[in-house]
Amino acid sequence: MKLHEYQSKLIFAKYGIPIPKGRVAATASEARHIAEELGGRVVIKSQVLVGGRGKAGGIRVAKSSKEAEEFATQILAMEIKGLPVRKVLVDEAANIDQEIYLGITNDRAARRPVLMASAAGGVEIEEVARTSPEKIIKIHIDPLLGLRDFQARDIAVGIDLPKEYWKQFAEICRGLWRTYVECDATLAEINPLVILKEKHLMALDGKMLVDDNALFRHADLAEMRDVDEEASIETEARKYGLSFIKLDGQIGCMVNGAGLAMATMDIVKLFGGEPANFLDIGGGASSDKVAAALRIILSDKNVKAILFNVFGGITRCDEVARGILSALKEIKSNIPMVVRLVGTNAEEGRKLLADAKMITAESLVDAAKKSVAATKA
Amino acid sequence: MSILINKKTRLLVQGVTGNEGLFHTQQMLAYGTKVVAGVTPGKGGDWVLDDKIPVFDSCRAAVDATGANVTVIFVPSRGAPDAMFEAADAGIPLIVCITEGVPVQDMMRVREYLDQKKVRLLGPNCPGLLTPGESKVGIIPNNIAIPGNVGVVSRSGTLTYEVLYALMQNGMGVTTCVGIGGDPINGTNFIDCLDLFESDPRTEMVVMIGEIGGTDEEKAAQFIAANMTKPVVSFIAGQTAPPGKRMGHAGAIIEGGAGTAADKVKALEAAGVKVARYPEEIPSLLK
Repeated sequence: MKLHEYQSKLIFAKYGIPIPKGRVAATASEARHIAEELGGRVVIKSQVLVGGRGKAGGIRVAKSSKEAEEFATQILAMEIKGLPVRKVLVDEAANIDQEIYLGITNDRAARRPVLMASAAGGVEIEEVARTSPEKIIKIHIDPLLGLRDFQARDIAVGIDLPKEYWKQFAEICRGLWRTYVECDATLAEINPLVILKEKHLMALDGKMLVDDNALFRHADLAEMRDVDEEASIETEARKYGLSFIKLDGQIGCMVNGAGLAMATMDIVKLFGGEPANFLDIGGGASSDKVAAALRIILSDKNVKAILFNVFGGITRCDEVARGILSALKEIKSNIPMVVRLVGTNAEEGRKLLADAKMITAESLVDAAKKSVAATKA
Repeated sequence: MSILINKKTRLLVQGVTGNEGLFHTQQMLAYGTKVVAGVTPGKGGDWVLDDKIPVFDSCRAAVDATGANVTVIFVPSRGAPDAMFEAADAGIPLIVCITEGVPVQDMMRVREYLDQKKVRLLGPNCPGLLTPGESKVGIIPNNIAIPGNVGVVSRSGTLTYEVLYALMQNGMGVTTCVGIGGDPINGTNFIDCLDLFESDPRTEMVVMIGEIGGTDEEKAAQFIAANMTKPVVSFIAGQTAPPGKRMGHAGAIIEGGAGTAADKVKALEAAGVKVARYPEEIPSLLK
């Protein structure tokens, strides 16, 4: 789950990381009030869950509260990478001496968390990573030991941070580590962490990703999910425990298992079709879940055919067939449907669907070909 | 011959009294697996499945009483990390974790601890292992594979079944099928399994099923080029998957541009691996 900048920074502040004064606003007049409170010179920052906000014009420095209102009006009317801006963060403007990058994430290959920092922080950090990777200092953290103080010092030395800031930098590293661990984050990132002209450090920006699998122990974080930011159909799918991603093609796919779902999409494409979605109904799917999945697929008007590919293991094919039938009772549809059932209770499943006028397929290749043909009929 | 499990495997089931645990224990017994014990804290002293399987309160007690040497975990995700710690602490050398949805930071701590104890882990979020005709540990359906000379290793669940089924339809059998699981932090990886298959005299060729994300397939390709004498055929799922909307820079810094299906296919082909376009093409590439 992605958190907004303003949410991430409030969490950072709880763990002792200094952040600028500021608040979030949903309207331009609110933005103006906040700017007045902060003394006029502020930064207006769009709050959308995607990178590249600055380059898209979604971050502006205003010299007065009047200008803050103007910029907020413009930014609140923007779309950034397809996401409408619904909120802006109004922060007091900072006097920046230097921008540092500081982040913790999971290094999958090393199977450990990694703390990374660079003296060349800011929006070009990925370019720095490509062209001069030696400018990014990385330290892996033992998950059983946690971040040790010497590691924070090593990072400070590695990025040539002046000695006077070491103590404060170590505190920020510890705060970020605690954020990462106690929130089950998969990413906790400050970019930039700035050295202010006033001679102290401050987190000007913040990004956090939280492990969805750990939300059961973080009710407070789960509440922060911004459902406005995801397609409503994906919210609906999550409610039923379905994993769904909308795509632009014409063949709706319903499959059990993520790997098989991807392989099914691939084979549809290989035989000349375009998948309309990725949909994994998961293991042991009940008929309710299958019915919800079918409703979601049918709500996409681009869909010209549906391919069901179920390899029963934990999932029983007869249960899937019952779900399909119960959904079809509710929503009448003339869209051609190709069904392939193999594995646990496949025979019973096929019998249940025999009267439903569905196209049956023996193999995956056969199913893909028949689905593609059905869209062209 | 086979790898990791065989007819001598003495299996413990953690979470044996839950719905999933009970159902799959029955399936494993029906397959001929020697299931010797179950663990559910608080239910020690009970017997399940027509009094065939004794239930213990702890892994330690189960191992002491039955000599179990492999454990399979069906405990829900909140309790699965503790189940893995407990099994390792009881000295069980191979832990197979079927549970999906285990938080990733928990898995990093589990993996660190298991490595220190020199315990092998398979999974989590995996279908387990099958040595056709001898033993099954996990949830792979019972009737989709026959004994033979092909080793199978896969990151996926149902896609693995698809491949086993395609092999069987073509009269081809399997030494052992290993589902390593698709989670970002897991135990046994492709290279571990390729290495085991290379040393297993019965295995004459290997099928490796990968998917997008991470760089394990690329690393496996390097290993194959340097160490494998047996032919390897592969399939990579996710050629049409859309790129995710990335947030933050850390992921890009750590992983670079790697992880796409195209990268993986390229790396494998460069290592002399035949890459199938779809699962049902695999048998013809093995011939």
